[in-house]
Amino acid sequence: MANIDQITESVLEKIDSEGFKQEGAYNLRYNGYSLCHGNTEHITIKRKEDKQGIDVYISGETRGEQVHIPVVVAVSGMTDEVYNDFYIEDGAQVTIIAGCGIHNSGCNDSRHDGIHTFHVGKNANVRYEEKHYGEGEGTGAKILNPVTKIIMEENAVFTLDTAQIKGVDSTKRETEVVMGADAKLFVVEKLMTHDKQSAVSNMDIYLNGAGSSAQITSRSVARGESKQIFHPKAIGNALCHAHIQCDSIIMDKAQVCSIPEIDAKHVDAAIIHEAAIGRINNEQLIKLNTFGLSDEEAEAVIIENFLN
Amino acid sequence: MLEVKNLVFHPLDNGVEKSIIEDVSFKVEDGEMLVITGPNGGGKSTLAKLLMGIEKPDSGAIIMDDADITEYTIAQRANAGIGFAFQQPPRFKGMTVKRLLSLAAGCELPENKCCDYLSGVGLCAREYLNREVDNTLSGGEMKRLEIATVLAKPHKLCIFDEPEAGIDLWSFSMLVKQFEQLHKNKMESLILISHQERIIQMADRIMVVRDGKIAALDEREKVFPDLVNEDTGCVCMNPAHKA
Repeated sequence: MANIDQITESVLEKIDSEGFKQEGAYNLRYNGYSLCHGNTEHITIKRKEDKQGIDVYISGETRGEQVHIPVVVAVSGMTDEVYNDFYIEDGAQVTIIAGCGIHNSGCNDSRHDGIHTFHVGKNANVRYEEKHYGEGEGTGAKILNPVTKIIMEENAVFTLDTAQIKGVDSTKRETEVVMGADAKLFVVEKLMTHDKQSAVSNMDIYLNGAGSSAQITSRSVARGESKQIFHPKAIGNALCHAHIQCDSIIMDKAQVCSIPEIDAKHVDAAIIHEAAIGRINNEQLIKLNTFGLSDEEAEAVIIENFLN
Repeated sequence: MLEVKNLVFHPLDNGVEKSIIEDVSFKVEDGEMLVITGPNGGGKSTLAKLLMGIEKPDSGAIIMDDADITEYTIAQRANAGIGFAFQQPPRFKGMTVKRLLSLAAGCELPENKCCDYLSGVGLCAREYLNREVDNTLSGGEMKRLEIATVLAKPHKLCIFDEPEAGIDLWSFSMLVKQFEQLHKNKMESLILISHQERIIQMADRIMVVRDGKIAALDEREKVFPDLVNEDTGCVCMNPAHKA
């Protein structure tokens, strides 16, 4: 078993809610190289030969297994660009727990760009969790720019659950999903920014197959002088259903820009979008005050539950 | 015991001072149920909010068990033992029913306890515990949950602002039973703002608030008959006024 230092352990606790262990299928990328990795009977992880990254092969026999592929960047001034490709065979049922944490105690920027591509076979069911987190007392920025591409075949189900917890100075997230017939997509995006952080999330969902459906839920809290821009877009090219919902709490001197876009190119495409931005409701604060909570405690409870 | 002394509330409305509560004084004894009723816009809900600290009076005092709580914040009053059920409770995106009840109780509640509180207001715990307190709940469900949040913790005084509003008949019967039980135990003083005859009939005393003043305050038997025969003051409906 590889030795994992204390800083990395503590970052892993933040980004892997299930708890990272060197068991089953896993790959821990640490400061630009694979520190440890393991395969199982059904899941094989191979290092790419031509560039940084891994190929993950998930067999059709996989039932309820987890794959843990966290990334930790703990040096200042590093730019880590990595390409991870996932090949999920027809009928597989798998949970992939990714996530990236940057510990930057220096004065230079640390950056991780994770470029992920998922090839999801027919009837496969994939849950993908990704948490982003930054820490460190240095002045160098913590930057995360993930690119996610998901190609879903007939009747595939994909749940994309992303969360940016705190400490990420700048993020630009690009997501593209191409959906086949009867494929189902669930996206839950949670984001919190503070101080002078900025976050941009662009998402293009192509509902190409008849009977495909997508539910996109985005919840964010912007505090301090932070800025957020959301641009989820659903393109209905067939009989399909899609629902985009963006909810943001704005505080202090923050700025939130929410641009849900729906584009129907088929007469049977039914697409809905909702977007709301607002401050914490005073009535909610008062209600929690009547439970004995102070304003600060009530505010923290409202945010914690909103991002849940 | 709660004692309200000469409470006055004159908020500014577009720069003009309005008289909402005018020199109101009354007491609520330990274990007593006081039902406040009266015409809409008479100041009942504002009076309840003044008691909870949601509004600040211009003058007067609120004393609870010999402590002057007039300057207490809402949270301080809650910690001093006052519970409050809102007429229109707010919704919380992302917060589950279980979490809200636990916050109300001040500790993490086990499922069986949540189940007790929810079934007491006619909600099935299995269906509701993990549901979010957002706009997927109906107005009636929100009201019942609101009452459950007050029942989730022992109080010295509970204030319910129109608990019956928006609740169906079947659930209303359950609520009446809850209030009867609370009243029977005599553990908590109860102030209920209500227009519902069945709730008014449960009162030890009835207080009628009209135009920001106490129009009547006495034992139920003395006030109730007058309520039924009250002149609405409506000129178009009352032939005597027309003449």
